[in-house]
Amino acid sequence: MSLLQVEGVSKKFGGVVAVDECSLAVEDRSITGLIGPNGSGKTTLFNLVTGFIPKDTGTVTFRSRRIDRLGPDRIYELGIGRTFQLARIFPRLTALENMLVPVRRRGLRALLSGASWGSERARAMEMLEFLEIAHVANKLGGALSYGQRKLLELGAVMMAEPGLVLLDEPAGGVNPALLERIADHIRKLNDRGITFLIVEHNMGFVMNLCTNVVVLHRGRTIASGAPEAVRQDPAVLDAYLGA
Amino acid sequence: MTPQQMKLARWLGLAGLFVLALLVPIIAPDPATTNIAVFTMMYVGLATAWNIMGGYTGYVSLGHAGFFGFGSYALGLMLAHLGVKAGYGPFLFVPIAGLLTAVLALGIGWFALRTRAATFVIVTIAFMFMLQLLAENLVGLTGGGGGLSFPVPTWGGDFFNTPFYYAMLALASIGLLVSWVIRHSKFGLGLLAIRDDEDKALAVGVPTRAFKLTAFVISACLVGMIGGVYGYYVTYIYPQFVVDPLIGISMVLMVFLGGLGTISGPVLGALILEPAQLWLAYNYGASRLYLVLYAAVFLVVILLMPRGILPSVSELISRRRTSAGPPATAAARTVPR
Amino acid sequence: MTLVLEAAVLGVLTGGVYALMASGLTLIFGVMRIINVGHGALVVLGAYLSFAVWRSLHIDPFVTLLLTMPAMFGLGVVLEMVFIRPLKSDRDALSVLVTYALALGIEGVLGYFFTTNYVQLHAWYDTASFPVGGFRVTYVYLIGFLLCLLILGALFFILYRTTFGASIRATMLNRTAAQLIGVDVDRVSAVAFGIGMATAAAGGVVFGITNAFNPGSHYDLISRLLTIIVLGGLGSLRGAIIAALVMLVSEDITSVVISPVWASFVFFVILVVVLLVRPQGLYGVRVRDRI
Repeated sequence: MSLLQVEGVSKKFGGVVAVDECSLAVEDRSITGLIGPNGSGKTTLFNLVTGFIPKDTGTVTFRSRRIDRLGPDRIYELGIGRTFQLARIFPRLTALENMLVPVRRRGLRALLSGASWGSERARAMEMLEFLEIAHVANKLGGALSYGQRKLLELGAVMMAEPGLVLLDEPAGGVNPALLERIADHIRKLNDRGITFLIVEHNMGFVMNLCTNVVVLHRGRTIASGAPEAVRQDPAVLDAYLGA
Repeated sequence: MTPQQMKLARWLGLAGLFVLALLVPIIAPDPATTNIAVFTMMYVGLATAWNIMGGYTGYVSLGHAGFFGFGSYALGLMLAHLGVKAGYGPFLFVPIAGLLTAVLALGIGWFALRTRAATFVIVTIAFMFMLQLLAENLVGLTGGGGGLSFPVPTWGGDFFNTPFYYAMLALASIGLLVSWVIRHSKFGLGLLAIRDDEDKALAVGVPTRAFKLTAFVISACLVGMIGGVYGYYVTYIYPQFVVDPLIGISMVLMVFLGGLGTISGPVLGALILEPAQLWLAYNYGASRLYLVLYAAVFLVVILLMPRGILPSVSELISRRRTSAGPPATAAARTVPR
Repeated sequence: MTLVLEAAVLGVLTGGVYALMASGLTLIFGVMRIINVGHGALVVLGAYLSFAVWRSLHIDPFVTLLLTMPAMFGLGVVLEMVFIRPLKSDRDALSVLVTYALALGIEGVLGYFFTTNYVQLHAWYDTASFPVGGFRVTYVYLIGFLLCLLILGALFFILYRTTFGASIRATMLNRTAAQLIGVDVDRVSAVAFGIGMATAAAGGVVFGITNAFNPGSHYDLISRLLTIIVLGGLGSLRGAIIAALVMLVSEDITSVVISPVWASFVFFVILVVVLLVRPQGLYGVRVRDRI
C-alpha cells in the first residue's frame, strides 16, 4: 500500500479542466518528483491533496485513510505538510515563533501551554540549526531574505513531524548554492524517514534528488518511474516539446 | 541593562502601576475624579477584551457594543427577576451575565465567522443593530424604549463610585491576565498566525475556526461583564445608550491608538482617550462640535500613527539602537509587549 | 390583498433608492476594498446640501442635483486623496475607522449648521398621486424611482461601455494586475469614491423627499446599506440592486402584514438566512487567498 494514493481525481474550474482523472502513488520513504509542462495541473493537485480545494471526482488516500473531504488543518494533523510556490511564512512573527505555530496536538493543555516552554522550543531551535538559520531565530519573518524564508517555511512544516511533505517548487527563485543546501536538507530528512513529493521545473534538481518521477500533462499522469526512464519516455518528450 | 534586569524592571513597573491603580480612590476621592476613573478603567477592560479578538486575530468586530448592551440587560433582568437587593450582591451575578454573553457570542460567532474578514465586520455591525432592535421592541422583556432599572445601591454620597471602580479594575485585571496568558500560549500564536496569513495557518494545522470562535467568545464574555457593571453603575439603561455604536467604536479606536495586538497598547489607548473623551463631552457636549472635535482627533491619530503608539515608539527606539551599532546577532525584536 | 400589493409596489419604489445608495457603497468596496461606514452620513450630507439649495433657491428638489452631484463628486475625490490614500498597513480596519470618523465629523458639522431638528425636502407636487389598481402612488416616489433608474443606468453605462469603466472593473477584479497593464489605480480609486459620493447625493435627494431626516439618521441608514451589500455580495453591483429590492419589499410587506415594529428586523433575518446558505452573498465570489 503506497503512502499516498491518488485515484481518478478530477477538478474543473468553470470550463477549464485542471486535473483530469489523475492517478498517482507516492511510496513510503521515497523522494518523488512531480513534473510536467506549465498548466499541467501540478499545483492544483497539491491543493486538492492538502484540502485547500474540493475535488470533483476521485479519491485521495493517505496511510490507507480517505482524506479527500478533510480540511487543510486536519490533513496536516494527519501527517501531510506542504510548502507554497511563493514561500509563505508569518511576517509579523519571529522565525522562532513561526516554528512554534504548527499544531501537533489539539488538547486543551497543549494549546494553553506556553509556546516558548518545554521541548517544543528546543526542537524548533534544533531544526533551525539543522537548516542553518538559527542565527535569525529572533528576527521577524518579514525581515528575512527570500532564501531564509524558504528554509524557515520548510522548517516550520517539519515541526509536526509529518510523514509526507509536498514541496511546491523548492528551487524557485533560489541561487545554486542555496539549492545544493536545500537538496542536502531534503536528503537528510528523507534519511530520517520523511517522504517527499516535489513539484519542480528544474530538471537537474529533480533528476539528482528524486528516487522516482511522475509526469503530468493536461491534468493526467502520462508517465511514472525511475528518473532516467522517464526522461527518455517519448510521451514525456512529446508533452514538453510538442502539442 | 541586561535582559534580566529589564524584565525585572518591567515587572516592578507593572506592579507599581497596579498598586497605583488600587490607590486611586484613596488618593483622589472626589466623585468627579472617581467617575472619570470608573469610565477609564471600564474602557481599559473593554479595549483589552476587544483586542483579544480584533488585535490578535485581525478580525475586526464593530458590533461589540451589542455584547456590552446584552451584558447590561442580562444583569439587569436577572436582578429584577430574582429580586436581588441592592448592595454588593448584584456584583456576584456579573460573571453569570458574562456567561450568558459568552453563549450569545457562541451563536453569533459560529455564524459570523463563516465569512471572511470584510463580511465579518459588517455582520457584526448587523448583529449589533439587531440586538438594539430587540432591546427596543421586546418591551415586555426589556422595558423597550422606556428603559430598564437596576436596584439602587445603599451606599451613597461621595463613596458611591468607589465599589464600581474596583469592580471595573477587577474586570480589567482579569482581562489583562487572560490576554497575557493567551499571548504567551500556543493558542495565542495560532491567533496571530491567523492574522498574518489565515490559509497558511490552516496549512500548518491551526484549527482556525475553533480558534477564532474561542477568541470571539472570550472577548465577548469580558465585554458582557463590563456592560453588566456599567448598567449597575448608571442604575438605568436605555437601548440606544447601552447598545451604542460609539462605545463599540471607541474601544476599537483605543486599541488602534495604543497598538493593535499588543498587551499594553489597549491600556495606553484607553488611558489617553477616555479622559480626553470625557473632557470633550463635558466642555463641548452641548454643541454638536463635540462630534467634530472627536472625529478630528480620531483622524489625526489614525493618519499620523497608523500602527499605534507602542509599535511606532518601539520601532523608533530600536531604530535608534541599531544605528548606534550593537552586534548584528542581537537583532532587536520589534514586537512590543 | 391590495394592501400587500401596495406594500410591494412601495417596496420596489423605495428599493430603488436604496439600490442607488447601496450601489455606490458596493462600488467603493469593489474598487478600494474598503467598507465605507460613512456612506450613510454622505447620503445625509447630500440630503442636507439639497435642502440648503432648495431652501435658498426655491427650485425643485430634484433639480438641486445639478449642483449637489458635481459638488459631492469633487468632495469625494478630495476625501479619498486626503484621508484614504495615505492608509497603507492594516488598510481594511483603519479605513473603517477613518470613514467612521468622517461620518461623525459630518454629523457634527451638519448638527452645528442645521440643528438636530428633523427636516424634509418638499416638492410642490408632494401630495399628488395617481391611481394604480386599488391604491395610489405618489408622484414623488415615482420620480425618485425613475431618477434612481436613470443614474443606475448611467453607472452601468460608464462601467460597461467606457474605457475608464473598464479600468474600474479591472481594478475591482485584480488591483495588481490592473496596475501591471497600466491602469492608474490611484486615480481609479479617487474617481470611484467620487462616483460613490455622487450616487449618495442622488440617493440623498430621494431619501430626503421621502423621509424626515436629521444628522443622526445616518446610523439607521448605514446599517441597512451594509446589510444590503453583504446580502448582494460585496462588490457586486447587480447584487446590491437585487438585495435592495428584496429587502425593501420584504420590509414593507412585513410592515403591513405583521407590524411596522418588526419590519426592520426582517432585514436582518433575511441576511442571516441567506448567509447561512451562501456566506458570500447572492452574487459574491467565494474568495480564497492566493494558493
